[in-house]
Amino acid sequence: MLRFLIAVIRRDLRLAARRKGDWMTSQFFFVMVVSMFPLGIGPDPVMLSKVAGGVLWVAALLASLLSLSRLFADDHHDGSLEQMLLSPNPTVLLALGKALAHWLIYGIPLLLIAPVLGVQFSLPADAIGVLMLSLLIGTPVLSLLGSVGAALTLGLRGGGVLLTLLILPLYVPALIFGAGAVDATLSGLGAEANLSLLAAFMVMTLLVSPWVAAAALKVSIE
Amino acid sequence: MPDTAAVLTVHDLACARGERTLFSDMNFQLCQGELLLVQGGNGRGKTSLLRLLTGLSHPLAGEIRWRGEALADNREQYHREMAYLGHLNGIKDELTPVENLRLAAELSRIPLSEQEAERALSDIGLARCLDLPARVLSFGQRRRVALASLVTAGALLWILDEPLTGLDIHGVALIEGLLRDHVSRGGMVVMTTHQALSLDGVRIVPLQVGPVLTKIEEEIECCAS
Repeated sequence: MLRFLIAVIRRDLRLAARRKGDWMTSQFFFVMVVSMFPLGIGPDPVMLSKVAGGVLWVAALLASLLSLSRLFADDHHDGSLEQMLLSPNPTVLLALGKALAHWLIYGIPLLLIAPVLGVQFSLPADAIGVLMLSLLIGTPVLSLLGSVGAALTLGLRGGGVLLTLLILPLYVPALIFGAGAVDATLSGLGAEANLSLLAAFMVMTLLVSPWVAAAALKVSIE
Repeated sequence: MPDTAAVLTVHDLACARGERTLFSDMNFQLCQGELLLVQGGNGRGKTSLLRLLTGLSHPLAGEIRWRGEALADNREQYHREMAYLGHLNGIKDELTPVENLRLAAELSRIPLSEQEAERALSDIGLARCLDLPARVLSFGQRRRVALASLVTAGALLWILDEPLTGLDIHGVALIEGLLRDHVSRGGMVVMTTHQALSLDGVRIVPLQVGPVLTKIEEEIECCAS
């Protein structure tokens, strides 16, 4: 069981390593979107640090959506998704493995770029730490919920736009608690409450979304 | 398991695409050492039947049994003994043929060393392309990679949807050899093809999906539509 999960993750990591262009696009998109805000709303440090949490989180949501539309679509096009569904393994593990691989490939880099962008928004050090922690807990949610959307919209024309409409509303709790944690640190309230709720939300999606994604995959492939 | 017992049995199978019923009340059984040749015109449901047999889609009515158990109850065991090659090759363009084979084996939890993968690919005429990414291979060469993957899967039942598309005459001869070997070792094959195959000594079970089309009828149908 675990070996299959690891095999799926290793497969996707290796494919991503061979296709660095796709990977870079998503990261550059994140940096670009975030960098537009100081240019647009002016260089006032107080104002920037106030909006930093929200801006970074929204940009992270959009960046993850950019790559999610291809999560199953590429494998669907060349038939390897069918082959994986026909391997003697539970589909749930396939869905979970693909989502975890997506997090490792696209979620972790966002986490590592975020502090640099935080400095651009003149965030204090403790708030940058909380921002990273909130992204660490929150980005798996983006990949897991996104895998459900990607499975549901598989093979549909204009699936990318539909995916955005389907999944963005589901991201709202992660956005509220994630950005809320940064704001709470800035106003001296402490981020524990927001981070705990975010972690609870992450655990819930981890338990539920692979099953839903697996069911959606079976329907989409039929 | 004695050779004469039916391993794969199909009872009153019916399949629909949207509103249209493609076929109904289909019955057949397949024993070890037999090749089921599915025949029928375009759009009659050959591919749909094959996808039903893989378990990727579900029938409108009827059931498919593998070793006496319904597919739905027995999925993992069945998928361990079944290999499918559809219209799509299921190989990744970024990886070399050897990597593709080893990846497929890893996902099916079959040990496959690099040497074994290379040998399987050389046997199928790809010795010169072992280190090239599949992206640069031709259509027929990719088809051969997929067929090599089928061989290394070591499955009892092969389900092949038009396996000969894109292959040259040597490739076709190679596939005929593979099919003969597989069936003579007690393997089972369900396949569709529009090309003539010379499979001497193979027990072929024909199965007609939809009406038999002779040349004249085909013309009449074309005129009518």
